[in-house]
This record gives sequence, structure tokens and C-alpha cells, in this order.
Amino acid sequence: MKVRLAVAVCAVAAFASSTLHAQSTLDAVKSKGYVQCGVNTGLAGFSQPDSRGAWKGIDVDACRAIAAAVFGDATKVRYTPLTAQQRFTALQSGEIDVLARNTTWTVTRDTSLGLNFVGVNYYDGQGFMVPKKLGVTSAKQLNGATICVQPGTTTELNLADYFRANKMSFKPVVIEKLEEVTNAYFSGRCDVFTTDVSGLVSTRGSRAPKPADHVILPEVISKEPLGPVVRHGDDRWYDIVKWTLFAMLEAEELGLTSKNIEQNLTSTNPSIQRFVGATGDIGKMMSLDNRWAYNVVKQVGNYGESFETNLAPLGFERGINNLWTNGGLMYAPPIR
Amino acid sequence: MRARAVAAQLALLAAVAFVVWYLASNTVANLEARRIASGFGFLAREAGFEIGESPFLSYGAADSYARAILIGLINTFRVALIGVVLATVLGTLLGLARLSRNWLLAKFAAGYVELLRNVPLLVQLFFLYAVITENLPGPRAALSPLPGVFLSNRGFAFPVLQPHAAHAWIGVALLAGMVLAWLVARWARRRQALTGQPFPAFAAGAALVLGLPLVVFLAAGAPLALARPSLQGFNFTGGAVLSPEFATLLGGLTLYTAAFIAEIVRAGVQAVDRGQFEAAYSLGLPRPRTMRLVILPQALRVIIPPLTSQYLNLTKNSSLAVAIGYPDLVSIANTTMNQTGQAIEGIAIIMAVYLSISLSISVLMNWYNKRIALKGARA
Repeated sequence: MKVRLAVAVCAVAAFASSTLHAQSTLDAVKSKGYVQCGVNTGLAGFSQPDSRGAWKGIDVDACRAIAAAVFGDATKVRYTPLTAQQRFTALQSGEIDVLARNTTWTVTRDTSLGLNFVGVNYYDGQGFMVPKKLGVTSAKQLNGATICVQPGTTTELNLADYFRANKMSFKPVVIEKLEEVTNAYFSGRCDVFTTDVSGLVSTRGSRAPKPADHVILPEVISKEPLGPVVRHGDDRWYDIVKWTLFAMLEAEELGLTSKNIEQNLTSTNPSIQRFVGATGDIGKMMSLDNRWAYNVVKQVGNYGESFETNLAPLGFERGINNLWTNGGLMYAPPIR
Repeated sequence: MRARAVAAQLALLAAVAFVVWYLASNTVANLEARRIASGFGFLAREAGFEIGESPFLSYGAADSYARAILIGLINTFRVALIGVVLATVLGTLLGLARLSRNWLLAKFAAGYVELLRNVPLLVQLFFLYAVITENLPGPRAALSPLPGVFLSNRGFAFPVLQPHAAHAWIGVALLAGMVLAWLVARWARRRQALTGQPFPAFAAGAALVLGLPLVVFLAAGAPLALARPSLQGFNFTGGAVLSPEFATLLGGLTLYTAAFIAEIVRAGVQAVDRGQFEAAYSLGLPRPRTMRLVILPQALRVIIPPLTSQYLNLTKNSSLAVAIGYPDLVSIANTTMNQTGQAIEGIAIIMAVYLSISLSISVLMNWYNKRIALKGARA
């Protein structure tokens, strides 16, 4: 009896572990009918459920755009809220198809984690927020401060580097959940809260009892290019996610928005004709419908629209996240 | 028949070994296929992150991951050891209080046990942490109930003795006093057994334990210089600081586990037959002695095994530190995993450490249990 049970266990284990390799991500996504997208547990402007439980944010828009490109339906997404610590394991293990969770692109992550960063959907940098009443005006004055930070982030490492480089000391209070760590800061447990400037603006705008009581110091101590991530070794899926991101940028550059793209289906501009799939077969090259980019813009909008609806209301400025044609860093390779 | 049973068991063992081997080799193959780094080489690399509390051993961001994990281990040990001692004391008091004839005391103990035992520990930790950080003032407005003692949301800062060469000798004297007191007590017991003459062993012992260090202390010229904490810049420097995270975790673990220990103590005492009380009273033993000499030795046999699992629980529950930011082993191993991406290795380290801690506690408690078991009784 026991022997038979053991054999059965072996068989199940063998079956379970051999299925890991079998399918490409695109086939798996198509057969289950939705994109499983890893997002933040709640960062206003990037990914956060609204009052009706619908996820909103530019990372969420990246997920919806992928679904629009693959299925022609931006609603075919399921979200997995992940903490900073869970995110890579969730992607590595195949629990999610793509990670769009304000994740910084670094060489270690790109090479040793078995992951690929597809591009950048927000150029960020790390900053410090302090209560106004402390009277601090520069990060250089923070020697000896107690600093709230989330673990498992590049933030934690940059912080240590910055203080070492400037021969200052600090006491970290390391709490995993964003909600708990911001509570610790707002209750005065820490003098300083540090994360990406976008995170500071969003936290101040959405969680501070009185946003005006907190200032963000002028120093930006790191480069934090945030972008979606996929697993190593599935180039087709990598291409789809990457070009979906580029399509949103290209649309803004071409002046295509969710409102006017319908009329542009009949445009005579060859770039637009290629973009909406009226000519050429770019979609087929990506194993997608030829109107993939049209669907993305029609249902989700271009990058600028996504920025305006999600980030601008919180007080974000376009800054370096503007198109290259407007003096920013956002640049998509040609879609042709 | 017997041969068949052995064969079946061997086959089962082989099957389990095969499953383990299969899963392990499959994992390694998959990691390699996805080019995910594996192995323990990362332990020697620079950690690059800071840790809030590193008692007994210095640590900086330039130290290795191995040292960071060691700091986490020390922090786990620190909270678990102190927690076990405090929970045992508090639990025993509460357990006995619940048996007390004093109505108010008994009901209070009962209420405490029911409340603390039935609210999840994590919730209690969040609650305690919020109470500490939200209610106490900032460091600049710190409460100072005694000169040199400060209570703020940065923790409890208090003066400590400035280190002095004589302190080590005072410790040695204390140790010597304890050994001597034990020898005296042993001698007194034997003498009383032989001759029937009592000897004030407790008083003599107390004199030895307290007197010897005092003599050394005075001989060294009473070195009592204090390092007082003072507010400098953002925080208190000098003296010692009990951080809110440590206080929360220690308090939470102690209060929660004490509720369970109280029940175990109560059950242990009630498990002793009523006749034992009556027999002791009829021999003329007063109530405290009845407890100490007759009831507790028998109750301990019932108490120790479940108490062991409470100690194990407390130690393992200390991993909830992650939630409130106390840098214990799990918290630091988690950070390490995230920075290096080597989750399997990190989890393996956590599992190995908790397994060894738990097995050590088990071995120790089993040894103690055997020692107090009824002599000649079958286990």
C-alpha cells in the first residue's frame, strides 16, 4: 500500500516538474486566455486598485497594453500584487508572465536572476523625504538620522552607498510592506523616508496626513530606470512585451491617441499606415494580429495619455520622461 | 512476515530518497537552463546594506553577506533567549495565579490567557508597535522619567556602566559565589539528612552570591562611571538603546507565549493527585513547602514536554520580526535573497538554522525531562 503510494507520489512529482519547460509563454498565455501580470501591492500612479477595485497606474497600463496586443482586449489581464521581495521569484517560477512593478534595471538583475528587462517606462532616481519641521534642506545634513526603507530594493543598497561615500552614518528601519513602512515614517519612528522620487511624490500625495508638512530633498542619489521584466530564454515573448512598450511611445510621437486613432486607420502617412496595420505585416512577424499596435493605443492610449491620467494628478512632472523630441529620454526605435 | 515488513520499509525509504534526489536534480537543471546563479559563493560577497541593530558584533555595509546573516542569527538568539526566560517566569506566575483562591487574581489570569491566546500574534505585534511608535514623542521631546533615561519613539535610552577592567572580575566573583553557594547547599542537605540538624543554607548562599562580587567591587575602588545617553543631532548617542522593534517583538512574544505556558503550568499542577496535597498537609508541611517539595516535582513531569514545544514556538515565531522591521535572521536572509536572487540557498540557510536551533532546544529539554522523570518508571 505504502509502496504504491510512494510510486504515485513519484509519478506526480515527475509530471509536475517536467511541465515547467514545455510551452512558450505566448502559447501558454493564449491557451489560458489572459496575461498574468505582477504589479505593486499599491503604489499610487504605478499600480493601485481604485475605489471600485480596478487596478490603475502606468505599470497597470503596460499590462493592459500587452493584453491588447496579444488578445485585442485590454481587459484580459489578471494581477498578482507582489512585494519587493516576492517579485523576482514569482517571475522566475512562472507564477506571472510579466513583471511590471516599478522595478529598477540593474546589471545584476538582468544577468544573474535569469530575467530580461525589456525597456524603461519611467526614468526615476532615489531621493529623501523629511518632515518640514526638522528644518533639513540637504541630504548632506542627514548624518545620524534614522531612515525608513524597504528591504530587497536597490534603494537599500544606494542608501548605504551614499552614506558611506559621504562618510556619514544612519540607522535603517527596514520594513517590507509599503503601508507599514510609510506608517512608521509618518508616525515619527524615522526622520527620513527614502525610495524612488516617484514613490516619494506618490506616497506624499496619497498617504501623508498633511502633504505640505513633508519636503523632498533636492539630492537625487541614483539612476533608477524602471521597466517591465520577463524571463530569460523566451525571445518571442520578450519581443512582444518590448515592442508593446515602444508602440505606446511611438504612438505619442506620431500624435496617435486613443481618441483619434480610429480616424487614422485611413491615414495616408506611411508610418501611421504601418503602425495601425493597414500596410505591412509587422503583427505577423511578432506572431500577433496585424492590428496589435492599433489595439494597444485604442484601448490603453499612448504613453503620454497614460502619464497624464495616472501620474500628473499626483503632482508628477514629465521631466526626463518626456519624448526625446521634447527634450526627454523616451525614445522608441522605428516601427517598420 | 518480518522480512516482508522490512522490505516494504526499505522500498518506501528508497522511494522517498528518489523523490528528493529527483526534485533536487530537476531544480538544479532548471536553474542552469535559465542561467539563474546557484551555489553559496555569494556569502563571501559584500552585502552593501546596513542593519539597524548589531549587538555583540560590529557590522557595516562593507561586510560580507555571511556576516550579515550571522548578525541576523545573533538578533534571533537575543530575542528568543530573553523571550523564553521572561515567558517562563510570567507564564508560571499567571498559571499559579489562575489557581489562586483570590477571586480577582484568578479571574484576571483567566482573562489574560483567553485574550492573549486567541488573538493572532501578528496582530498583537502590529498593535504593540503602533502603540509604541504613535504614542511616544519624538526624540527632541523625549520623556525623561529619571535623569539620563529617555523614552521616545526611537526607543528606550538608558545609561550603562562605563566599561572598566574590574567588571570582568566582578563577574568571576559572582560565578564563584554561585558555585560556592551550590556546594554549601549540597553539604547542608547531606548534613541534615545524616544528623537532622538544619543549616541556614539559603542565607549563607545569598551572602556568598552577593557578598563576593561586592568585595571585589569595593576592592577595585567602586568603578561606577555611567555612560549617559544624550541627544545629538537626530538621535541619542551614548548609553544603551532598546529599539522599539526589539521591545515590540520581545514584548509580543513574551506576552503571547506566557498565555500558553500559564495553561501548561495550571494543567501540570492540577494533574497532581489531590491526595498528594492532603498527604503533605497531614505530614505538617506548610503550603509553600508542599508546593516546592511535593507538588512541583510531580507537576514538572507533566509540564516539561508541552513547555518544550512552547519554547520551539516562541523561537520560530520570532521570524514575524519581518513585519515590524526587527533585523532577525529571516529578515536579513530575505534581503540577501532579494539582492542576490538566490532564493533556494537563502531558504536552505533559514531552514538549517531553525532546524538546528529547534533540535538543540529539544535535546536540552528532553535531557532535562529525563532527569526529572520518575526514577525506575518506564518512559
